Amino acid sequence: MIRSHDSIIVQTLGRFLIPMVQIFGLYVLFFGQYGPGGGFVGGVILGTGMILSVLIFGHDTSRSQISKKVLHGDGVGMLIYAGVGGLCMIGGGEFLNYANLEIPGLETASRRSLGIVLTQIGVAVDVAVTAVSIVFSLSAEEIIEDSING
Amino acid sequence: MIISFEILLVLLLLVTAVGAILVKDLMSAVLLLGAYSFFLSLIWAWLGAVDVAFVEAVVGAGLGTVLFLLTLIGTAPKDTLLHRPPPSLVTLIVFPLLGVLLLYAASDLPEFGDPDSPASVHISPTYLERSYQDTHTPNVVTSVLMDYRSLDTMGETVVIFAAGIACALLLRRNA
Repeated sequence: MIRSHDSIIVQTLGRFLIPMVQIFGLYVLFFGQYGPGGGFVGGVILGTGMILSVLIFGHDTSRSQISKKVLHGDGVGMLIYAGVGGLCMIGGGEFLNYANLEIPGLETASRRSLGIVLTQIGVAVDVAVTAVSIVFSLSAEEIIEDSING
Repeated sequence: MIISFEILLVLLLLVTAVGAILVKDLMSAVLLLGAYSFFLSLIWAWLGAVDVAFVEAVVGAGLGTVLFLLTLIGTAPKDTLLHRPPPSLVTLIVFPLLGVLLLYAASDLPEFGDPDSPASVHISPTYLERSYQDTHTPNVVTSVLMDYRSLDTMGETVVIFAAGIACALLLRRNA
């Protein structure tokens, strides 16, 4: 079980760094179509921000609540990814053929671009939740009964 | 100038890799492994594989180090010192031979950046030419990963999901 770090320097730095890490993660996630980056790296950076808050402020503080809430989203990323594929099938095409997404007013290339964005969000959610989940699994013995399930 | 920079990077890579193997303290080995990942990501970026460099820096040097450190902290303090037996005779014979074999095979590889190599004449030109008009995505790596090879990426996502579930099932014993 990780307790809150004593040093005020570490805590203040964490307060400044964690939002910046999260915003950078979102930037990498959505800029992946135009430069280096993408769903996987963006998801890892988003997860790292939450891990940082757990490492600095401990498991039980209110600042780490979002990391704990995120743990309940295990599988949501897969659902988004496969759901986009299913929507393509509903649109009358093959699984994950984004050209068949039924969105009026968009040409084929823009539909495929939109499909790429949606699946990248799915990958990012999956990776971020998995990273936080592994950290909680590694660092916790007694927190299970009193905080995750409670 | 550029060549000497590359040689310096490769030397640092080798030093950190050998150091991570030889050092007795596991905590130092973990930190050296993080430094190794960072130098490796610099080399990827130097070779032009920016996406791979990004992943190596974030996962290898960042997340991997944190997971290793948490594992070390979670295990008992008596486990953090290594007692290595000396390498056996078979190891000393087989591994240099394997290295020589790999170096011999590497001389047959196409040159770096060769436009006539099998990898750059098969289907890559099609991806490079048609990626933007097909998907409106300037980064070809993203459009190949997420559009042309989308099913493979979904398989990778399933693997990551399964890894998280397996960690939770194995390590959270009291849940």
